[in-house]
Amino acid sequence: MNGLLDGLSWLFDADNWSGPTGVGTRLVEHLWISGAAVLIACAIALPIGLWLGHLGRGGTLAINISNIGRAVPTFAILALLYMTPLALSAWTTIIALVLFGIPPILTNAYVGMREVDRDAVEAARGMGMSGPQLLRGVELPLAIPLIMGGVRLATVQIVATATLAAIISGPGLGRIITSGFGRQDTPQIVGGAIIVCLLALVVEGLMALLQRSVDPMRRTRRRRTRSDRDRGMPLIADEVVSGA
Amino acid sequence: MALSGPVHTATLTDNCLVRNDWVCGEYIRTRREDITEALGQHVTITVLSVVIGFAVALVLAVLARRLGWLRGVILGTSTALYTLPSLALFSLLLPFTGITMTTVVIGLVLYSLTILVRGILTGLDAVPDDVREAAVGMGYDGLRLLRKVELPLAVPAIFASLRVATVSTVALTTVGMIVNHGGLGNLINRGLSSNFHAEVLTASVLCVVLALIADALLLGLQRWLTPWRRTVTA
Repeated sequence: MNGLLDGLSWLFDADNWSGPTGVGTRLVEHLWISGAAVLIACAIALPIGLWLGHLGRGGTLAINISNIGRAVPTFAILALLYMTPLALSAWTTIIALVLFGIPPILTNAYVGMREVDRDAVEAARGMGMSGPQLLRGVELPLAIPLIMGGVRLATVQIVATATLAAIISGPGLGRIITSGFGRQDTPQIVGGAIIVCLLALVVEGLMALLQRSVDPMRRTRRRRTRSDRDRGMPLIADEVVSGA
Repeated sequence: MALSGPVHTATLTDNCLVRNDWVCGEYIRTRREDITEALGQHVTITVLSVVIGFAVALVLAVLARRLGWLRGVILGTSTALYTLPSLALFSLLLPFTGITMTTVVIGLVLYSLTILVRGILTGLDAVPDDVREAAVGMGYDGLRLLRKVELPLAVPAIFASLRVATVSTVALTTVGMIVNHGGLGNLINRGLSSNFHAEVLTASVLCVVLALIADALLLGLQRWLTPWRRTVTA
């Protein structure tokens, strides 16, 4: 356990928090890069996923994009983007993060819309609701848990992946770890790893709260939903179904 | 003087390596040993991680089914593990296992657990109760019930998760380059630091191809294990 304790004491040293390469600066970089990537990924993936789900078309694309995204190593994309004219700009990292944020959001938005109870949709149609009304008034509120599950998964993944930007000397908390490797300073490596893990867990917790609070049906449905759905890993459960 | 032309071009060969092209057959010809070695390491790390991960996940899933209170603990812990960035997880293991393949394999096993435990639990939960009761009535119990009845019926769900776990393990292995054991990730890292386009692209493409091959192999294995489903799924 000494290794971990050394890492903790590195973290508690105020000197390591200040300055342009301190934990404080890196934390701010990490948060803004991740935040920007999440917003851009949502702006791209949510409309497409919701619209495809509403129309009930493009299911193969919406489901398979997640499988393809899983097979492509983030590190490879970062390295390839770094060798383009983008080089070291913050956009290199943001583009890579957006690319990996899109699949879970798109797939979950699509699946969420498709899994809306068909009876409810039929009833709404029978009441004379138009397409957009149906989307806003019925499908969206019912699909929110799964849609937010995707956003949550993407956010957690983006915050985690932003660490890898350090390998191409990009911004973010990962730099503490890589510079620790450069200096063969194990306490710094472990200290950096601890703060990165803490951030990931905090973000996961906050996103879980957010997911719960935006669900308009949470009071009536709490007991009925599968626990897996609340835990934010609906993709796997869904693939288990489709694979079977 | 008439000779100097061809001699000159022969010494300063203009091939894709010199031009630093993205796609370069010459790279594959001249660095074949490097590539094979990296590929071998990549496959070794992936196979070890998935096999160990599957064995541990199977035990955890069976335990979670026996002891209700353990279920939440196991699922919660493995989900938390999955949120940890790979770079940080490998770094946290560093003081214990050092710059070794063990560090990478332990990290990847932990990641695969999240997916595999869920998949196995989903599969076992979906076994119909009357099937289980019929088997118990025929004298199956304990391990034999699990091995002969429950696991075969859970194969589709288990393999779905096994495929997801394998594909993401192949991709994640590249990050192992931080402790010099990243298989193809080592090549990507080396190409990155020397601005060698062909090396980075070739290793990246190989990585994706490797994931797709592994996925196809598992699908084939699943078909072979469940002959009774072949006509249904086709």
